[in-house]
Amino acid sequence: MNEEVLHEQPLVVHETSHASHEHHKQSFITKYIFSEDHKMISHQFLITGIIWAIIGGFFSVIFRLQLGFPDQTFPFLEDIFGRWAPGGRLDTEFYYALVTMHGTIMVFFVLTAGLSGTFSNYLIPLQIGARDMASPFLNMLSYWFFFAASVVMFSSLFLETGPASGGWTIYPPLSALGGAMSGSKGGMDFWLTSMILFVVSTLLGGLNYITTVLNMRTKGMYMTRLPLTIWAFLFTAILGVLTFPVLLSAIVLLLFDRHLGTSFFLSDIFLQSGKILPNEGGSPILFQHLFWFLGHPEVYIIALPAMGITSEVISTNSRKPIFGYMAMVGSFFAIASLSFMVWAHHMFVTGMNPFLGSFFVLFTLLIAVPSAIKVFNWLTTLWRGNIHFTPAMLFAIGFVSLFISGGLTGIWLGNSTLDLHLHDTYFVIAHFHLVMGVASMFGMLSGVYHWYPKMFGRFMNNTLAYLHFWISFVGAYLIFWPMHYEGLAGMPRRYYDFSNWESFKMFGGLNEFISIIAILVFAAQFLFIFNFFYSMYKGRKVTERNKNPWGANTLEWTTPIHPPHGNWVSEIPEVHRWPYDYGKDGIDFIPQTEPIGVAESKH
Amino acid sequence: MVVFQIAKASEYVSVLKGEEKSRKQNNKINGFLMLVFLILGLIGVWWCNHILYPRSGLMVGAASSEGKSIDKMMWITIIITGIVFFITQILLFWFSFRYQESSKRKAYYYTHSNKLEIIWTVVPAITLTVLVVVGLKYWFKFTAPAPKNAQLIEITGHQFAWEIRYPGKDGILGRKNYKLTDPAKDNPLGVDWSDEASHDDIHVTTTMHVVVNRPVKLVINSQDVIHDVGLPQFRLKMDAVPGTPTTMWFTPIYTTEQMIKKTGDPDFVYEISCDQLCGIGHFTMRGVIVVETQSEFNAWISKQTPEYLKAKQFIASATPPADSTKNLALGNSAIHK
Repeated sequence: MNEEVLHEQPLVVHETSHASHEHHKQSFITKYIFSEDHKMISHQFLITGIIWAIIGGFFSVIFRLQLGFPDQTFPFLEDIFGRWAPGGRLDTEFYYALVTMHGTIMVFFVLTAGLSGTFSNYLIPLQIGARDMASPFLNMLSYWFFFAASVVMFSSLFLETGPASGGWTIYPPLSALGGAMSGSKGGMDFWLTSMILFVVSTLLGGLNYITTVLNMRTKGMYMTRLPLTIWAFLFTAILGVLTFPVLLSAIVLLLFDRHLGTSFFLSDIFLQSGKILPNEGGSPILFQHLFWFLGHPEVYIIALPAMGITSEVISTNSRKPIFGYMAMVGSFFAIASLSFMVWAHHMFVTGMNPFLGSFFVLFTLLIAVPSAIKVFNWLTTLWRGNIHFTPAMLFAIGFVSLFISGGLTGIWLGNSTLDLHLHDTYFVIAHFHLVMGVASMFGMLSGVYHWYPKMFGRFMNNTLAYLHFWISFVGAYLIFWPMHYEGLAGMPRRYYDFSNWESFKMFGGLNEFISIIAILVFAAQFLFIFNFFYSMYKGRKVTERNKNPWGANTLEWTTPIHPPHGNWVSEIPEVHRWPYDYGKDGIDFIPQTEPIGVAESKH
Repeated sequence: MVVFQIAKASEYVSVLKGEEKSRKQNNKINGFLMLVFLILGLIGVWWCNHILYPRSGLMVGAASSEGKSIDKMMWITIIITGIVFFITQILLFWFSFRYQESSKRKAYYYTHSNKLEIIWTVVPAITLTVLVVVGLKYWFKFTAPAPKNAQLIEITGHQFAWEIRYPGKDGILGRKNYKLTDPAKDNPLGVDWSDEASHDDIHVTTTMHVVVNRPVKLVINSQDVIHDVGLPQFRLKMDAVPGTPTTMWFTPIYTTEQMIKKTGDPDFVYEISCDQLCGIGHFTMRGVIVVETQSEFNAWISKQTPEYLKAKQFIASATPPADSTKNLALGNSAIHK
């Protein structure tokens, strides 16, 4: 994490020159490290998220090497990982550790903290017209709990018995018994501790976001005038606050089973070492219920912010209002509420009561309705627009495409009968990577490209951004589209090697192809990472003339180029209209601060 | 580095050329690429299907009568989601290309249309209802109790292999108690030998023999962590959960011999894949199912020796299982039915 501090330091150079006009002078520590300014906290979340994304992405490239080239050795692996890759071939234990860490890092640290932590923090006060969060101090704690969680998770990589390796879903008994897998020894305790800290971070953040949106809107900013980003962040925060505590309970019970001899999740176990465990009467399925009660809403915690950002970016760059604002809000609400009633669709094949399962089929497929509304509304927003292909817009269009492709296969998997065949196969991998992995990553990148000039007062390089988009977009499809076919053949997830399987070995060549593309796409991400850090110091400066570069209506663009702590130098502006008056009465855009004109038409 | 230099240079060029002009040029390029992506993407979808469809297992078709229904339902779902996929993706990229920025046109201020929104709420809702109804019809059928004539077989997973037990002539699987498990005493499954129903039970590892066209009812157990009995050719799977026996039944309709002819693959075997991460040997946890005719099966099973006869030598020295069977009797009541 040292890198982060390093990267933040030089910000001093241009930040101090625009130091806040009204606030007291701050020391380096209060301004850049233990900052209570929501903008600085969002930068901290973003940069930590980017560092985690590099680590998580790197892990996937390493295990893709094994999957693509199972009979080859790569001596450089031994140089990096030492005894975890003897002779240049990944140790099976370490392969599963990489798979587990890739999932954990991407789901929680990148797409939850990195996405919602960054943009909820950055945009909520700026877009609703508030000087900061309701509780800046708790907000700061939220980041530092996340940081502590990161440190614990990162240190688990260096344990002698290795980090957690039972999959990111850590199903007991595998995760409860050190005797069942080496990663379930110390690594799992680190994982659980890290996640406890993470849950605390999410709760502190979430409560702050909700309070701020509900109580601190500027004059005239009715709920129905909120940008869709804010609606998305609000629902995301509510989901997080209601479901993360359930994960915490699962974690605590698992810790009890591990260390205090309880039997919440354990029963009738005989280990191959010859050990007969005394635990009786527990249910491993109970853990899955608790886990997925968070786990499924978690998917929407990841997807909703990306949808909000996409809505905002598509509307702004089509120079057209978002189509069906109220339907968009309504579908956010529908998705958020339904997401509490679908968790057991991850458990159709656990032997659960089939009658109970049928309700989960119904609710799961119902969730496709608000999702369809969203897609059609985005399409209609593009229709007869005047589209500016900024890098942010490209990623937003990419999001919609990936969301459709990945969302439609959700209709397959949510139908329990098809899940009997497709459960835990590559079809599932293809589905969730498209719909929530890559799509949300695109939403996040869209947000970074869109708000970068506001965040850092400089522009990113467009050519690099375009290259980054097209390589990532084409690459994402090349990687995940063919995986559907592997899944149709029943090829299981989380296998180290398929070459001994008569039913799956015909996909060897395809696995090699996917691995090569994955490496290229990972390499292409450095176009972004370089662009991001380079532009922070050397990018073209935002000037007064183009300080609202995309011609957007929302409030954040009315702040100074480098908004001080407190965001607006004088009064907070008053809001007179919704944020989507693009192209109204032939006027390109009318900011929210503009009073309604006498002759203005109604919408 | 090279890419970066070019990118940087293009930024300088754009500043020199006039930002607005180069922005519009970039816009045209990206708008055009949207169209290119759409066309190449559609070709790619066709090409990918052309190459991979024969390997997907859909072409050969399922090897169980339940799997046939699942395949049928998969086709219905492919068609419905496929139509939506092509319509929405084509519109997305076509609109992006068609409505790219142009000084000749102004964006159309269009905020909502109740009619349109009702259409795309109701149509998906009806379509999904159809899918739910079809899906649940099969779901309840496959999860209902197995047919009366089903052959009962127990399959138990442990790190990292499958153990298979046949109930013998009496058709009843003997009671088990995990605390009695002791591979050294020829009792790797923890069978309670005091239950006489266990005395004719036959235990084999890895390879399961079943009879073609006769339903098979699997009682699924796990000794340590969660495993999953995955049957890709039969299109079914079910978890093996320690402490909670689960069941699954299916009707194989082709013998292994017939499948070898059907697939044209001389090495074809029905495999049992573990589909739930169970430890470092997860990917090696392979079982085999031999589907054969009744007479072939009879010949095979008559050659097997009940495990009890092997374990007998140890039984005298074993302490009789006391009250620890109480819980188990409850847990295994399904098996006795």
